[in-house]
Amino acid sequence: MPALPLDEAGRYVAGAYVVFLTLIVIYVAIIGAKVSRIEREVGELLELTEREPEPPGPEEAGQSPAVQERPEAEQSTQRAGLEAPPR
Amino acid sequence: MYSKGFRPLALVTVIAVLASFALVFFYAPNDADQGFIQKIFYIHVPMAIVALGGFVAGGLMAIKHLRSGDRSWDMRSYVAIHLSIILGLAVLVTGAIWAKASWGHWWVWDEPVLVSFLVVFLLYCVYYPLRFSIEDPERQARYSSVFAIAAGAFVPINFAAVRMAESFTHPRVLSQTGGNLPGDMRLTFLVCIVAMTLLFITLWKLELTAKHASVQLKRLRTQLEAPRLP
Repeated sequence: MPALPLDEAGRYVAGAYVVFLTLIVIYVAIIGAKVSRIEREVGELLELTEREPEPPGPEEAGQSPAVQERPEAEQSTQRAGLEAPPR
Repeated sequence: MYSKGFRPLALVTVIAVLASFALVFFYAPNDADQGFIQKIFYIHVPMAIVALGGFVAGGLMAIKHLRSGDRSWDMRSYVAIHLSIILGLAVLVTGAIWAKASWGHWWVWDEPVLVSFLVVFLLYCVYYPLRFSIEDPERQARYSSVFAIAAGAFVPINFAAVRMAESFTHPRVLSQTGGNLPGDMRLTFLVCIVAMTLLFITLWKLELTAKHASVQLKRLRTQLEAPRLP
């Protein structure tokens, strides 16, 4: 088939390059939309963590009787140690 | 993790793509037979080469996933295949435009190059329903990797079909004697291949970054929304 005249060939060439660029632009736009959604969700999670009260630390939370007795036992042990006469 | 070095890579890619376009339209001469329409060659063939290379790379990454058990390789394989399918679609469309202009037909069924590429493209289109029909993430990754390896091994057959094809309707550019391109066309073609490869890698890193962030976000949300233990 003989070569097409420039004006006609130009349309086909432009069409091919437009297809290529359009696909790239659509792809980048979709990825950009995904990244925007991720950023928005990260913002929501940040708000969620800031709104929730901090979980109580181990000192403030109610402790079990076994744990409460331990320092007293330690104190009594220390007292016994202090009270033991030096040799 | 994946965004390391992304900005300079993206900049180099943009420069390479613009340089390749400039060479195509202002440096490379018109083909003696096809005239101006031959300019389509400079995006059609590099896209085809990079797409087929992407399919093979997806298969290699799938092998790494199965050997190491590291799911990040599965994600890399998926994104490579995903991008290659998009490029494959562009190859088919630009090829059809070029075929119409050169041969007067949008498609020729008795041309092995065209049909074998279409077969590879349709084969990889099966990847999506196969992958997303499996709910268990571990099985999904494993089965997808097996498919990627098998399909990736089929890609060189497609390339061999170009070599063994007796019909010369589809132009043969590269040969064992070095190619049928004159010097300035060859330089333009090589720059276009480099630009297309850089574009593929840039888009691959971009999508991987987005996917990785999405996975981490999901994990974070699960942890934050889990009921707090007393």
